[in-house]
Amino acid sequence: MGYPHPPHPKETVVLSQYFGDPEARTYEGWKKRGGYTALEQALSMAPGEIIEIVKESGLRGRGGAGFPTGLKWSFMPKEKTKPHYLCCNADESEPGTFKDREIMRWTPHALIEGCAIAQYAIQAEVTYIYIRGEFTEPLAIMQQALEEAYRHGILGKDAMGKKGLRLDMYIHRGAGAYICGEETALMNSIEGRRGNPRIKPPFPAAYGVFGMPTTINNVETLAAVPHIINRGAAWYKSLSLSSPKSTGTKLFSVCGHVRKPGNYEVTMGFPLGELIYDLCGGMREGRKLKACIPGGSSVPILNREETESCLLDYEGCIEKGTMLGSGGVIVFDDSADMVYQIMRLARFYAHESCAQCTQCREGTAWTVRILQRILAGEGEMKDLDLLLELAEQMTGKTICVLSDSCAAPVVSGIKKFRDEFEAYIKGARRPVTALA
Amino acid sequence: MSEKPLVSLTIEGVEVSVPQGTLLIEAAKQAGVVIPHYCYHPGLPVAGVCRMCLVEIEGMPKLQIACATQVAQGQVVKVMSEQALAARRSVLEFLLINHPLDCPICDQAGECELQDYVFQEGRPRTRYTPAYPKRFSPVEDFGGDVLYVPNRCILCTRCVRFMDHVAQDSILNVSERGDRAYIGIHPGRKLDHPWAGNVVDLCPVGSLLSKDFLHKARAWELDKTASICTGCSQGCNVNLDTRHNAVVRIRPRPNLEVNQYFICDYGRFNYRWMNRGDRIEAPLVKDREGLAATDWDTALERAAQILKGADGKAVALVSPKVSTEALFLARRLLGRFEWSGYFRLERVDGEIPLPGVPNLALRSERAPNGTGARLLGYGEDTEGAVPALRQAAVVLVLDDPLDWLSADSLSEVENLIYLGTVLPPAARGARVVLPIANVAEEDGTFVNRDGRVQRYFQAKPAPGMARPAWWVLGQLMEETGAGEAVLSAAQAFELLAAAEPAFSGLSYERLGLKGALINAPERVEVSR
Repeated sequence: MGYPHPPHPKETVVLSQYFGDPEARTYEGWKKRGGYTALEQALSMAPGEIIEIVKESGLRGRGGAGFPTGLKWSFMPKEKTKPHYLCCNADESEPGTFKDREIMRWTPHALIEGCAIAQYAIQAEVTYIYIRGEFTEPLAIMQQALEEAYRHGILGKDAMGKKGLRLDMYIHRGAGAYICGEETALMNSIEGRRGNPRIKPPFPAAYGVFGMPTTINNVETLAAVPHIINRGAAWYKSLSLSSPKSTGTKLFSVCGHVRKPGNYEVTMGFPLGELIYDLCGGMREGRKLKACIPGGSSVPILNREETESCLLDYEGCIEKGTMLGSGGVIVFDDSADMVYQIMRLARFYAHESCAQCTQCREGTAWTVRILQRILAGEGEMKDLDLLLELAEQMTGKTICVLSDSCAAPVVSGIKKFRDEFEAYIKGARRPVTALA
Repeated sequence: MSEKPLVSLTIEGVEVSVPQGTLLIEAAKQAGVVIPHYCYHPGLPVAGVCRMCLVEIEGMPKLQIACATQVAQGQVVKVMSEQALAARRSVLEFLLINHPLDCPICDQAGECELQDYVFQEGRPRTRYTPAYPKRFSPVEDFGGDVLYVPNRCILCTRCVRFMDHVAQDSILNVSERGDRAYIGIHPGRKLDHPWAGNVVDLCPVGSLLSKDFLHKARAWELDKTASICTGCSQGCNVNLDTRHNAVVRIRPRPNLEVNQYFICDYGRFNYRWMNRGDRIEAPLVKDREGLAATDWDTALERAAQILKGADGKAVALVSPKVSTEALFLARRLLGRFEWSGYFRLERVDGEIPLPGVPNLALRSERAPNGTGARLLGYGEDTEGAVPALRQAAVVLVLDDPLDWLSADSLSEVENLIYLGTVLPPAARGARVVLPIANVAEEDGTFVNRDGRVQRYFQAKPAPGMARPAWWVLGQLMEETGAGEAVLSAAQAFELLAAAEPAFSGLSYERLGLKGALINAPERVEVSR
């Protein structure tokens, strides 16, 4: 539901059903709402069966990459020779995204239940929930919920009353680095190392946290798992408005120039235009939609036409040359200065680059300097070609995709809003000198 | 490695077969291609961060880093494809935007990998215009011998990985993020690890500098000569860098069997004595006034007279820092006598290992050729040497400083022949003093603690009339009829190999630059 707004009839409320309901946070309140029945059911099944159900449901990673969740789980070694780990990626730092925050704030037990099911399915002893350092309120709520879960025998020794089953879960608080949301950097961070992404291969399923087989899933992905267990893979699979490869519901965090920003849960394949104009109340008075970033700041920008015709699922976004990403929808109306906005995004990436790869460390900072010079009215036409060339060399050449993420809005921005860049260069637009 | 099945692949059109699991960057060397790289170093764990070694592999959508990609059967690798070249040119451009172009005052110039690759495949001009200020941070003294120049740093992290994984003392780190990142040092620590000097060698640019070598020479003025470290019995392979016939720097020379790519700081700075100015520059013979300089013919004749005129017992006091060849020839020269030989070895308590490399340490035995001396029958019995001296008809000294003997133990020695590099006070009683070359001035071999015979080469001329000990001893053999003159170090080694079972079958050619083990390892085991 469009918390803090009442649910819109076009929403499909599954994960967000209890957003805004403080009672759902508590163990008792959660039990009353049918909590932990899915876990109970899951524990009566073989781990392999659970993986099959999740595979069948078509659930895909909600963190950004959209990798099929059941398939990811199935990569874990079947023969256990080492400890297995589950990591829950709650380091939600993608600019424009705030869905995991709300899941943890209102339904912490949903996440714990999802983690426990996944943990059992991949035969992991321990789950680490890696929470973004700035998430102080969700952290406190999660800690309380975790304590309750242990107290009520959901976790710990003989979990859920099942003899010999031990499920342990720890919360690890991040320290404020965006890059720690990258899965291998997150693992380094849990281990107490500098949060640098690792070279892949080896992949986490073979060599993850502490060098052990590890699966890492996003908060929203794991929170969807209990619903799939309870209501069946077929039900989840049926939630699809467009491509059958994208199933279920997805939370979209809408921010920017809309009347009603907030979290909206819709079925996969929902039209982006409808989300903006209908659910979010459209633009402010007298303003027109100019651009939209549909999946968090790392994905290419859409112009108005593309936005209005884009369908919100993995395939629909790719068709428009962008990505569904994390579902952080950033909306710009015609008052937005795209050059400034893109500079501001690039500056974020330059600040957050872990400094390992040359292209990213130097390229992001250089990109910002060029954009700032253009904004200051000192740019030249050849700077645009240089920006594109740098972006080309920053894409697909590095360990992780942070540098690609910096390049994506620059490339799409220049392609779609070149006239705004040229206006600054030609002196047709007043230079921006104070760069907040 | 040889157990693994071979994989065939094509690199730049050259087909190579390498063991499974080999990294592309190493396989490329077999094809004669050095793929440009910064963070990769064969002695360190792979980091894959500089992104310089990007190459194109047929059938793969993206360029791959050769340092972290293993070979695969039938792989076709293009190092110089347009796409790969563009990517590397771009990495160079990125590295240069914050790198000062202060090559004229940088110690690394001439042996700088950034300079080399920019010349090889970089852009002729920067596009980092108009003149943005470059990142600036002041030079930092890391302690020990190491200075850090952050402005030149390309953050390849070789130094950090060396300290973490090889020295296993995490003094260095990467601090900050993005283009503000720099190499940080642990608060309250100094880079004073006994092996820390290696970070200067590992640094591909002029960011980590040796204080000892600071502004001492330009790289292109240096002559490099393969040698063996004389600091201890480990026998690390080194290069002596000389300028104007003076040794100005010692750097490790890779030998996977001995020291991999590293040397300790003790060995690294153990070179100043090689340039000593107070050397014996002419043969000396004793006359009424004392020792007087003369020519080689006179001096050799006098020495031969002494040797021929004496009978009975002879004692050789040798330094464990002289060549195996000289040790052997000295014994052969005295073969006619009832012979005993002694050497004194400096020992310190404890070893200083490099934890990341097996069997590598600064050894407690602080001389390079104790094993060679033992193999050739010399005894490390300084107490037994004193009574032996009293009974000796002839005493031949081979560069031993004699400082461990009391004055009266030598005073009774009538026939003292001293072959040395310098003239210690105790040697002034010698009847003949013959000047010899030091380790930097001759060819020769040492035998390390594991029984590995390793060659060292002449790096600079000997001062004045000084000659290699093998030459001097060969001349004496000829004069005394103990044998024929020796014409080269190689020939001296041939004589040794023919006479000593431990060395049989070995030759300078066999030893090459990596050395070879002696034949009787159990003897070495005993001698340790």
